[in-house]
Amino acid sequence: MLRPLPLITALVLAGPVLFGVFGTILPAFGVGQPAGQGAPLAQVIAWPGLASALRLSVTTGVLSTVGALAIATLILAGWHGTASFRVIERLLSPLLAVPHAAAALGLAFLIAPSGWVLRVPALALGWDVPPDLLILQDPWGLSLTAGLIAKELPFLLLMMLASLPQTQAPACLRVAQSLGAGRVAGWLKAVFPSIYTQVRLPVMVVLVYGMTNVDVATILGPNTPPTLSVQVTRWMMDPDLALRATAAAGALVQMGAVIAVLFLWTWAERGAARLGRRWIWSGLGLPERLSRALGLTFAILSATAVLAGIAALAVWSLAARWQFPALLPEAPSLRAWTRFGPEMLSVAGDTLLIAGVATLVALILVIGCLEAEHRFGLTTGQRALWLLYLPLLIPQVAFLPGLQFLPVWAGAGPGLTLVILGHVIFVVPYVFLSLSGPFRAWDTRYAKVSAGLGASPDRTLWRLRLPMLLAPALTAAAVGVAVSVGQYLPTLLLGGGRVSTLATEAVALAAGGDRRAIGVWGLGQTLAALLPFAAALLLPALVYRNRRGLRHG
Amino acid sequence: MDRGLRLQDVRLSKDATPLLALDAKIAPGDVLTLMGPSGSGKSTLLSYVMGDLPPAFAATGAVRLDGHDILTLPTDKRRISILYQDPLLFPHLDVATNLAFGLPRTVPRAKRRAMVDAALADVDLDGFGPRDPASLSGGQAARVALMRVLLAGPAAVLLDEPFSKLDANLRDRMRSLVFDRVRDAAIPALLVTHDEDDARAAGGQVIRL
Repeated sequence: MLRPLPLITALVLAGPVLFGVFGTILPAFGVGQPAGQGAPLAQVIAWPGLASALRLSVTTGVLSTVGALAIATLILAGWHGTASFRVIERLLSPLLAVPHAAAALGLAFLIAPSGWVLRVPALALGWDVPPDLLILQDPWGLSLTAGLIAKELPFLLLMMLASLPQTQAPACLRVAQSLGAGRVAGWLKAVFPSIYTQVRLPVMVVLVYGMTNVDVATILGPNTPPTLSVQVTRWMMDPDLALRATAAAGALVQMGAVIAVLFLWTWAERGAARLGRRWIWSGLGLPERLSRALGLTFAILSATAVLAGIAALAVWSLAARWQFPALLPEAPSLRAWTRFGPEMLSVAGDTLLIAGVATLVALILVIGCLEAEHRFGLTTGQRALWLLYLPLLIPQVAFLPGLQFLPVWAGAGPGLTLVILGHVIFVVPYVFLSLSGPFRAWDTRYAKVSAGLGASPDRTLWRLRLPMLLAPALTAAAVGVAVSVGQYLPTLLLGGGRVSTLATEAVALAAGGDRRAIGVWGLGQTLAALLPFAAALLLPALVYRNRRGLRHG
Repeated sequence: MDRGLRLQDVRLSKDATPLLALDAKIAPGDVLTLMGPSGSGKSTLLSYVMGDLPPAFAATGAVRLDGHDILTLPTDKRRISILYQDPLLFPHLDVATNLAFGLPRTVPRAKRRAMVDAALADVDLDGFGPRDPASLSGGQAARVALMRVLLAGPAAVLLDEPFSKLDANLRDRMRSLVFDRVRDAAIPALLVTHDEDDARAAGGQVIRL
């Protein structure tokens, strides 16, 4: 029963993506469209905002990736193994769990002209009204870039940390330092190349997400024109059905841009490697103190932006009257919670149902694949890794619209089942990334001992392996739930407007400007993603409170 | 019936390079000791007998247990238990559940409890049933691991350097305990070790690779 699971998982990942890409591309060439409509591609190319939208997508994607990668590298190079780094490490899971939309809404509350950040100088300088500055949704996409860096930094840092055991980082660093290199320069010269090889795909995932995300770009990005992915989504959701083909053509352009940028990125990687070699030959070092200070400062800023943003959501949700430039509301009030709370809780129930089912399916597939790998000696090659990352490397707008045709083709309509399938596609890679390390690191001699005692492979899995891996399995489940809770576009497009989740509601509210409502919904989304992490920490500690051998950390 | 464990013209190779050739018979209660340098194929032979040969290796020959060819059987059906240098007690189960793990399901609950208690008493660990395995000393854990294997009633036992991590004092006592119990239960045992003292204590045939 286990043997076909890797193939089934591959089909679950690749099948809908490929179906969706074809379903998206064909209308872009006018296939299936009423006669008499202009060529969709020509319409997109003729759209006056195309150049700006493309520029915005590319610059925000590339800058946010370079920024997050640079900070993650500096913080690891300068601080790994120190007490400061352990604090950052503890913050990684909660930071990672905060959904993109909630983080973006929180950041908006912080950096808006009337936000928390500018209230400090306003109080000191005696400003009565917020300054007339275009900070949020600026035309250059700077706030969008900052939001993406803050949210992608924990992911890249976690991926780099996970890759460390596969390299001989401490030994290489010691050798480099013994040859006279400083800590940061030594790490960059001797350790970074092997780490980067390991995290290349996650970096590309961040790049693609940065270029193509819709939720963060809707909240923090400019409106006229927006990024291309936001514009494609607008065309897609337009009541004028003729614009669906335009949207498909826009998605095709978006995919072309992503492929071009990925190609340029690999070319830039080679250039960076050449520059790195030249740097090593030059024998030059780095201003060590400055590099370490920069890494730590940016990491603290980034973490603070997300955490303070969530705090801002919480304070706004409890604010009765809060005038500029006061740092806190005049009085607390539960009015927003009594008004929006019941509906939010109801939607939270649906959100967690979708997340629960998607995560359960993902866990079954991932555990099945990993167990099949163990039992049948299968090996995961580079191709399997690309397949795993496929749904994260293809822009969502390039395959989700086409995926809408899947139920039509099967004689059904969009709705909950399709939304869950869509979520499974995105949850599986993250659950796999989270669980595969601990699953493979399990001492397989336990299985041999167990088999020697007469236990079947299934009994060994259920009675030994899974119970012993309870903590990482629950963490992987929490990651899955957090990923699902954060999914905006799959829910919007595959639900056909009939399925509401905390993500769709929070993003929809962002345009409205009711800060108390945004506070309630944003906080609700954050809690829905964070609580499973808390459960993943508490449950194993509770279940194994009398088992010293299973207490970690 | 030809009782015991028979390794009939077993040849192991890695990437087409011959590694080990062996023809041996271990009678019930006897211990065959295999000695040799690292990489000579000793532990790989144990994997082969267990039915878990790593993919890089190839093997020919026959392995018979009490006259039956066991190579076609899955590991859990071979009735061959193994003791490693680590006790490998299952850390999420208490000591009693560890001991009961290999008991056939057909054994009634009350009898299981009695067998576990008797096994614990047998190795001076009365009352240790509800204990966390992580709270045991090295010697106590080793004794529990041995009794877990014996309670499962295996037809043969493989010993993969089982005393190498114990301190010298404890090692002598564990050697006596293991070899005495193997003899008493009339189980054929295959011991892999680097230690001449292990071989002497086992008292049986020694093959040097």
